[in-house]
Amino acid sequence: MLKLQNVQAGYGNILAIKDVSLEVERGEIVTLIGANGSGKSTLLMAISGIIPCRKGRILFGDREMQGLEPDRIVKMGICQVPEGRHIFPELSVRENLDMGAFLRTDKNGIKEDMDYVYSLFPILAERRNQDGGTLSGGEQQMLALSRALMARPVLLLLDEPSMGLAPLVIKQIFEIIKKINSEYKTTVFLVEQNAHQALHIADRGYVLENGRIALSGSAAGLLENPEVQKAYLGI
Amino acid sequence: MNYFIELFFSGLTRGAIYALIALGYTMVYGIIGLINFAHGEIYMIGAFTSFVVASVLSIYGFPLIAIVIMTGFAAAVWAGAYGYTIEKLAYKPLRHAPRLSPLISAIGMSILLQNYVLLAQTSDFLPFPKLIPDFPFMERYADVLGSSDLVILLTTTAVMILLTFLIKYTRIGKAMRATAQDTTMAMLVGINVNRIISITFVIGSALAAIGGLLIASHIGQINFYIGFIAGIKAFTAAVLGGIGSIPGAVLGSLVLGLTESFATGYVSSDYEDVFAFSLLVLILIFKPSGLLGKAVIKKV
Ligand SMILES: Nc1ncnc2c1ncn2[C@@H]1O[C@H](COP(=O)(O)OP(=O)(O)OP(=O)(O)O)[C@@H](O)[C@H]1O
Ligand SMILES: [Mg+2]
Repeated sequence: MLKLQNVQAGYGNILAIKDVSLEVERGEIVTLIGANGSGKSTLLMAISGIIPCRKGRILFGDREMQGLEPDRIVKMGICQVPEGRHIFPELSVRENLDMGAFLRTDKNGIKEDMDYVYSLFPILAERRNQDGGTLSGGEQQMLALSRALMARPVLLLLDEPSMGLAPLVIKQIFEIIKKINSEYKTTVFLVEQNAHQALHIADRGYVLENGRIALSGSAAGLLENPEVQKAYLGI
Repeated sequence: MNYFIELFFSGLTRGAIYALIALGYTMVYGIIGLINFAHGEIYMIGAFTSFVVASVLSIYGFPLIAIVIMTGFAAAVWAGAYGYTIEKLAYKPLRHAPRLSPLISAIGMSILLQNYVLLAQTSDFLPFPKLIPDFPFMERYADVLGSSDLVILLTTTAVMILLTFLIKYTRIGKAMRATAQDTTMAMLVGINVNRIISITFVIGSALAAIGGLLIASHIGQINFYIGFIAGIKAFTAAVLGGIGSIPGAVLGSLVLGLTESFATGYVSSDYEDVFAFSLLVLILIFKPSGLLGKAVIKKV
């Protein structure tokens, strides 16, 4: 469904993504792990069209996406929860969710999905009129994920959803990612530092090192791989 | 006492006009972090457009009320087109350039527009037709509040209510707020940020044009230079209220208008600007982010 071929991207004269090819099939959870600064967030921003893809191709189905405006990419069903959540601080929780559904026009469907995310995270329903910026970090992460779900994405790009969260909340977030994937058949591309948890819910994984894919394989295989164990699992 | 009330209302009227202009500064700043120095010129162009349209319409003998409404509409649309074009020509190409570049571009735009009107029209003051008649029912209050002051206050109030509604409840309004708060995230939820920026310029310009029409008819003359001083004052008001904040722009404008009016009335009209800018300096010393502005959180 999503296919990257020799993608290159960066900022000014910094080439953060040097040569990345990878593939995500419909219905999969695929994870991308890598050290700080290896280029994970840059790659997601290139997929979302926020920064330009300098070389190579990004295909969604059989459509080329490089060069499209970000709003067109969202319209095609690709939604990102960026690193650091990016909640609109002075919009209420409810308005943040509305913004997630910005491109949708089916009022009933939006209402249904809003009820659905409130059922996933009852705390958000309780806080619906509070400004997004006043939520706790964990609540903001729940809101960021919910906001992306409001778009009914075909492909969900998640950038370190576990960052800065308590173990119990991390567990809950990962369970919900799994649940969305199995119930709604939403394809998930998950960037994580938390390699252990990520590989446990993923089907397959890639390891990014210095802007290049260093390793790839089934999640189970990567969990057993001695290099991965040493570098990313701390075993 | 009557004198006090008179000064109070004339201050409010001034403030209302400043507010119509200041909103454009603050909305644009809120969305792209740019002080649009050409904004005062948009107000001036609004006044000139009104002059042309109103003159033509009066030749055809339309009733006054129809002239006012059609002139306001035409000036708003025409100024909106200017605002739209200025953004596309002078600011959009510099979106990712160092912060100083669009600022210089803005000053250049301002000079360009002033000189364009100077050459295309005249450097003399043009007499502006009196579009707002003296209402009979206002005669009793005439020594504290004139008819055109009343119209300015009512129009401005109506415009503010509409704008508040637009920004608070409509889809476009929410998208404008989202873009102002976090541009990258706005793109990631599918907002066409370029379009939102254009809309912001158009709305700000239309408001300034309505201000231009109202003040021109109030004062009775215009020239190519009126945008400069009005622009500086409205910018001051926006900073006073907290640049980027919409209620701040309105509050700052009213405070500025009232200060000027009382200073002129009780001290001397020579000191009007001294008071205006002293107030600005004082407020910025004690509250650097302005009356309703938030302490600046650097965007990441
Ligand atoms: N806006 C930017 N301007 C210039 N360089 C940047 C910018 N953002 C990231 N970089 C650089 O690009 C490289 C890759 O950064 P990126 O954020 O993609 O890493 P990451 O893998 O997501 O790291 P982390 O795990 O810490 O989030 C880094 O060397 C970083 O310094
Ligand atoms: Mg990152």
